[in-house]
Amino acid sequence: MKIKLNIWKQANAKAKGKFEKYELDGVDAEMSFLEMLDSLNEKLIKEDKEPVAFEHDCHEAICGCCSLYINGHPHGPGNETATCQVHMRSFKDGDTITVEPWRAKSFPVLKDLMVDRNAFDKIMAAGGFVSIDAGQAPDANANLVSKIDADKAFDAAACIGCGACVAACKNSSAMLFVSAKVSQLALLPQGKVEAKRRALNMVAKMDELGFGSCTNTGACEVECPKGIGIDFIAKLNREYLCASIKEAE
Amino acid sequence: MSKFFTSSIGQKFFMSITGLFLMMFLCVHLIINSLLLFGDGELFNEAANFMSSNPLMKVIEPILALGFIMHIIYAAYITLKNRMARPQAYKVVSKTKVSWASKNMFILGGLVLVFLVIHLANFFWKIKFGTVATVSADGHELHDVYSLVAGLFKGCLLYNVLYILGAIFLFFHLTHGFWSAFQTIGWNNNKWIGRLKTISYIYAIIIAGGFAVIPLYFIFKYFV
Amino acid sequence: MSKLDAKIPEGPLAEKWTKYKATQKLVSPNNRKKLDIIVVGTGIAGAPAAASLAEMGYNVKVFCFQDSARRAHSVAAQGGINASRNNKNDGDSTYRLFYDMIKGGDYRAREANVYRAAEVSSDIIDQLTAQGVPFAREYGGTLANRTFGGVQVSRTNYAQGQTGQQVLLGGYSALKRQVALGKATMYSRQQMLDIVVIDGKARGIITRNLVSGEIERHAAHAVVLATGGYGTIYYLSTLAVQSNGSAAMQAFRKGALFGNPSFIQIHPTCIPVLNEYQSKLTLMSESLRNDGRIWVPKAEGDKRKPSEIPDEERDYFLERRYPAFGNLVPRDVASRASKERCDNGFGVGKTGLAVYLDFRDAVAKQGKKVIKGKYGNLFDMYEKITGEVPYETPMMIYPAGHYTMGGLWVDYNLMTTIPGLFAIGEANFSDHGANRLGASSLMQGAGDGYFIAPYTVSNYLADEITNKVPSTDSPEFVEAENNAKAILDKFLNINGTQTATSFHKRLGHIMWTYSGMQRNEEGLKKALGMIADLKKEFWSDLKIPGKTDEINQELEKASRVADFIDLAILIVNDALNRKESCGAHFREESMTEGGEAMRIDKDYSFVAAWEYLGEDKEPKLHKEELKFENVEVKVRSYK
Repeated sequence: MKIKLNIWKQANAKAKGKFEKYELDGVDAEMSFLEMLDSLNEKLIKEDKEPVAFEHDCHEAICGCCSLYINGHPHGPGNETATCQVHMRSFKDGDTITVEPWRAKSFPVLKDLMVDRNAFDKIMAAGGFVSIDAGQAPDANANLVSKIDADKAFDAAACIGCGACVAACKNSSAMLFVSAKVSQLALLPQGKVEAKRRALNMVAKMDELGFGSCTNTGACEVECPKGIGIDFIAKLNREYLCASIKEAE
Repeated sequence: MSKFFTSSIGQKFFMSITGLFLMMFLCVHLIINSLLLFGDGELFNEAANFMSSNPLMKVIEPILALGFIMHIIYAAYITLKNRMARPQAYKVVSKTKVSWASKNMFILGGLVLVFLVIHLANFFWKIKFGTVATVSADGHELHDVYSLVAGLFKGCLLYNVLYILGAIFLFFHLTHGFWSAFQTIGWNNNKWIGRLKTISYIYAIIIAGGFAVIPLYFIFKYFV
Repeated sequence: MSKLDAKIPEGPLAEKWTKYKATQKLVSPNNRKKLDIIVVGTGIAGAPAAASLAEMGYNVKVFCFQDSARRAHSVAAQGGINASRNNKNDGDSTYRLFYDMIKGGDYRAREANVYRAAEVSSDIIDQLTAQGVPFAREYGGTLANRTFGGVQVSRTNYAQGQTGQQVLLGGYSALKRQVALGKATMYSRQQMLDIVVIDGKARGIITRNLVSGEIERHAAHAVVLATGGYGTIYYLSTLAVQSNGSAAMQAFRKGALFGNPSFIQIHPTCIPVLNEYQSKLTLMSESLRNDGRIWVPKAEGDKRKPSEIPDEERDYFLERRYPAFGNLVPRDVASRASKERCDNGFGVGKTGLAVYLDFRDAVAKQGKKVIKGKYGNLFDMYEKITGEVPYETPMMIYPAGHYTMGGLWVDYNLMTTIPGLFAIGEANFSDHGANRLGASSLMQGAGDGYFIAPYTVSNYLADEITNKVPSTDSPEFVEAENNAKAILDKFLNINGTQTATSFHKRLGHIMWTYSGMQRNEEGLKKALGMIADLKKEFWSDLKIPGKTDEINQELEKASRVADFIDLAILIVNDALNRKESCGAHFREESMTEGGEAMRIDKDYSFVAAWEYLGEDKEPKLHKEELKFENVEVKVRSYK
């Protein structure tokens, strides 16, 4: 099939970008979206044109590299899918596909469809851990963890840090990302000790980095490739409120 | 705790608290207004006069005003800040399926505010600072607020339509605002989220429906 | 042969590591802050090593080419991580895990290293749990376990089908904590271009900032490579598309020996090739073989739908050939058995290059809900890629390149033959012999990172306290940087007509055909010629757009492909040299009458460690003889 593409091109972080139109013939319905872009790039290079820079790595929806905003959806069409799981069978012959980078003040564009998500690393460094050095750990069975808590913690921990929540949110809020980590660790006995400090510090860092606030539209959970729910945001709000009260005491 | 007030969650927390407070006020307001529908205004006048002469109301009134103002100021501030978090918009507008109201709370709130100003000018201002005729009932004098209301709706059909529109804006605002307030103060989980959303709709239907019934009642009474 | 002193401590196997730790050289806490360490790679070995070394007080610089340390490909490991905790009371022990790994590796691994890996396995689970890794739990709150291929105990800990992700994020969060404390400095989006060796010791690295294109020099007292495996040499593999063998090749060219390069595991359960554009083969976790049954039709070329083929016309070939282990035979055995069926015309699917992995019986017996709980995310992933629902119709699977048991040769200290240059995790050759058992890569990587490298690196650094970090203006740094720049410019100046990817695809095809699941002398020799031709073509007809001082993904690809080409030659040479079959390395000249792999212990019971002698020169073979004092070397049988 034949596909028309409308792709954001921007030479570097400082340059002014614009949309570039491309046409690609012979697109196979079984191709993944990334493979379609690969073949576009192969074609462009042969024609002495600049290929499109975009990020991808594992192709299993787990590394969180991909960051394409396709036709108004972070990661394109489909529920609980990352860009690498989108196949061209989701599109029709003659379709125009608009591909944009994540848009957020805290995720500046580096080139074309590549953005800098270092802000997430900074939030993690602000408290997304349990303070324990190698060698200090007690026996893993010393702290019993109920299956329900372990499963719930896992649901939160499934976050791949792709940033689709920020990209989907009209406020570019990182609350889903932060809430997933805060909830995961707050649900487990080993993470409870630092739960309050963690919530306070991670939220402070999130605010400092210029992410917006959560207005509960729920767009993040709809687009999250791992299906992480906004009930974790409620948990974060609770943790944060309790931590603030405790801190004031 | 000082950081709490300036944090994004803290600011949202105030939106929720003021919102919840205003939602409670709406309940009281609706109960009193619904008395408009019964009898020829005596009940309503009694209630209205009780509310305006009650010393407790003297305390609550400024708090209520403050609640409104805080809700509005925070809304404006948060919206502005959130807009700054995305300096460059997407070319393709988001196709993510979420409730329309949730994306347009500021606009809906603004429309409700416009309505509110007119509403205050129509009634509150006149009762408070103007002159309202009095009627006697059971041997005591009452402000005839009923006639003021009935007069407005009788005088111009446009006012009836305006009050119905106000109720519609309020409906959408509340469908999101109600459950959202609980979410923001952390009173939610994956079991309650569905329930709260249902209660939101029920609450919004009762409140907005209740307020819309009054102009409808007067339309039927005076224009049909 | 002094080059190959494995430095294994004296004494009984079970006491070697204890003795090492008791007698090793230490660096006192106040001296540690004077010592700098570079860690390259942030996967399940690199991130923990960096974090643990920083916790001890060393200054650590951490490098990765991804935008974040959390994206290293360890994140994609699915099934689990082994630990000999004997949680199930089924007879597990350190020795049992050690024995399984030695046997699973087809007696081509070093006993002392493997025993140590088994010894620390339990501590890893404790450590990860303490970090907040949500391992699966029983209703009583204790750790849950599952079974993996090649063993008869249940020792695998897991977090649904995303164990690698959870384990990696544990290490990543520990690293982030050290970054926040200022003990570790993170350099992301940096591609390593060379290792700097001064006075015979590794003293730093040259990197390219992938955003600005700037070439940077970084000096340290020691360099730890945790750069993973090179399975992407097949182009299509289960690895992330950017995984590469460049760091290992840079070390090799600087004098580090390369151990057993041809030992590459082909994973039996992957989604088969669907079309010519495909850039990656997706792994379906080995854990699926716990409940899934592998079969092909008994009749050749049977094109009926799987549901229409009755049981008596199905050939459950693994259960038939290996009754004791059935569907849970080790990966190399399962892969070859599938290939054998397909080569003989029994394969299924459009291409005939697939076998069924069927959950019909498991769903009928345990119910859909239980199966969903165990494998839900894997089934969803399969459905997203193929459009088919595994609850209703069997999965189609085929082997694909996966894990490299080969890697930089290291001694008991995990140090390469270049003093001060360490290789940990998949980047080294040490623990898996000729074949890796499932769920032991996370175990080995994390073990190296958390509990082995921190000790052995300290042991090395104890003698470096008085040495200052070398100046990055020293001639060795200048020379290394100039060389690196010259190569980048060379890529851009070729101005040919073919893209880096097209060369990678062709190289992958050659390697898969002649140096994949089955190898023979004729094919391997043919491959050598083909690779040499491809190399010439690459260096004369490569086309790279753009410049070096900007984000240039094609340039990154080209440098990886250039290293892959040289690595391919090394692999084929190693495969040619080893005329026996062992583990994943299957030489058609060396098999039993039943078609099973046949080792030739008297000639090949050694680690092949290759030395670089110069561009386009044949590498020199060194042998580390393997001594088995604690296990009886037997024919590996899973029947």
